[in-house]
Amino acid sequence: MLELKNIVKIYQGGTVNETCLFDGFSLSIPENQFVCVVGSNGSGKTSLLNIICGSVPIDEGQILVGGENITRMPEHRRHERIGRVYQDPARGTCPSMTILENMSMADNKGKPFNLLPCVNRKKTEEYRAMLAQLGLGLEDKMGVRVGNLSGGQRQAMALLMSTMTPIEFLILDEHTAALDPKTAEIIMQLTGRIVAQKKLTTIMVTHNLRYAVEYGDRVLMMHQGKTVFDRAGEEKRGVTTETLLGLFNEISVECGN
Amino acid sequence: MSLLLSVLEQGLIYAILALGVYITFKILDFPDMTVDSSFPLGAAVTALMIQGGLSPLLTLPASLLAGAVAGALTGVIHVRFHVRDLLAGIIVMTGLYSVNLHVAGRANVQLFSFDTLFKNAFVSALPAAVQPYAPVLILALIVLAVKLLMDAYLATRSGFLLRATGDNETLVATLAKDAGRVKILGLSLANALVALSGCIMCQYQRYFDISMGTGTLVLAVASVIVGTQLLRGMRFLRATTAVVLGSILYKGCVALALSLGLSPFDLKLVTAALLLIIIIAGGHSRRRGKRHA
Repeated sequence: MLELKNIVKIYQGGTVNETCLFDGFSLSIPENQFVCVVGSNGSGKTSLLNIICGSVPIDEGQILVGGENITRMPEHRRHERIGRVYQDPARGTCPSMTILENMSMADNKGKPFNLLPCVNRKKTEEYRAMLAQLGLGLEDKMGVRVGNLSGGQRQAMALLMSTMTPIEFLILDEHTAALDPKTAEIIMQLTGRIVAQKKLTTIMVTHNLRYAVEYGDRVLMMHQGKTVFDRAGEEKRGVTTETLLGLFNEISVECGN
Repeated sequence: MSLLLSVLEQGLIYAILALGVYITFKILDFPDMTVDSSFPLGAAVTALMIQGGLSPLLTLPASLLAGAVAGALTGVIHVRFHVRDLLAGIIVMTGLYSVNLHVAGRANVQLFSFDTLFKNAFVSALPAAVQPYAPVLILALIVLAVKLLMDAYLATRSGFLLRATGDNETLVATLAKDAGRVKILGLSLANALVALSGCIMCQYQRYFDISMGTGTLVLAVASVIVGTQLLRGMRFLRATTAVVLGSILYKGCVALALSLGLSPFDLKLVTAALLLIIIIAGGHSRRRGKRHA
């Protein structure tokens, strides 16, 4: 169970440009739920993820995981149970290291980074099998530097790497937005498979309304730091892209766009 | 022949320095000015110990340790107190100048009458024919050991994390590791090697001079770039090997320029110009940090 309680987040506080994004925002996500978050730019989707992961500090409120208060826990400590994939494929991998080296490093998450060798040759076959299921031909490029791969290939690797070790939460920040439609589809299917297999509590921010409808068991729409639409379980199944699109238009009209 | 030997000897001593700077400059992408003072710090510690009659061998771990502390200090100032990388190095470099004077006791210390790594009972016992080559052999052994240890380290889990920190700090955070701590460790390792190089240089020239660190970073960066850029075509070479060769090559160029009649007055000017040309030709003029973003 992940709980956000009365979160207050002010950007550029104390200046004339002070903007209050969240003012008493609360959200709770039960275990194993796959939540899709949609909303226009600036609605607070990415800020929400950054607050959960500890990438940005909050001004007031509490963040609880399974009842434990993690509000003051630094970002890297929170990642002990969080896997995260970013919109920019370059952020999830090391460009100057090879595929095998990247996979080996990700596999070591949660264990000490000590003076033992990082690459374990015995595991190469295991990694190869994991890469083969992507269908991108990466299994034959174990010695290639990741910087030489395409965005889609890197993003597929980032997704694999972030979910290799036991984690509880998967945070996806528009992770298909920088990809071509076909690659995005492959990455989305892989995401669905991994989440189901590993039973991860997942929060996915997306601009693709179809993905928000097809995947997950809860959909949230955010607007100006508030949840304006929230459907889960049975109710979520009735939600269509038209519902979401209609809601988007309604909001835009209200805002005078 | 003696010119060739002295090029090799000095090139090898500076190779250790260049290997250290390779960690900060190339792997961590950190312009570390601490180097200009951690190099003489190693020398000052050495001068103090040798004058005190301690074994020259003991100066090696002592200077490594002193350099590691200096590097860690820069790291802590940068990481924990959010002082910009260049400035953090300059602050420690400036402060260390006084520390070096205190450690050595004077601005100049001569060690001509003491035993060193290169002048001791063991070396005197060698056959006369080998003696002229003793320094170069000893140095080659030390450099080889440092290079192999560094290669081994860079293949460990800790070494992987170091490489990842220079490459992509976001990934380090998602691996649940503190990139700041890795940076402090990297700076510590780098300056340990720099101080070791200073220690050996002090024993080689048999004197300590407070100003011996001036321009160390530029010299080291030049060696690193010569190594990694000029030898880029030779794929079979490891980066660490390329850096060692780069250092020797660079020393060779300087020696050649001097023997062709270049005035020692112009040495720094030529060094700076040469480095600039290499950097522009090698496309290093922009910081590479955001290259892959």
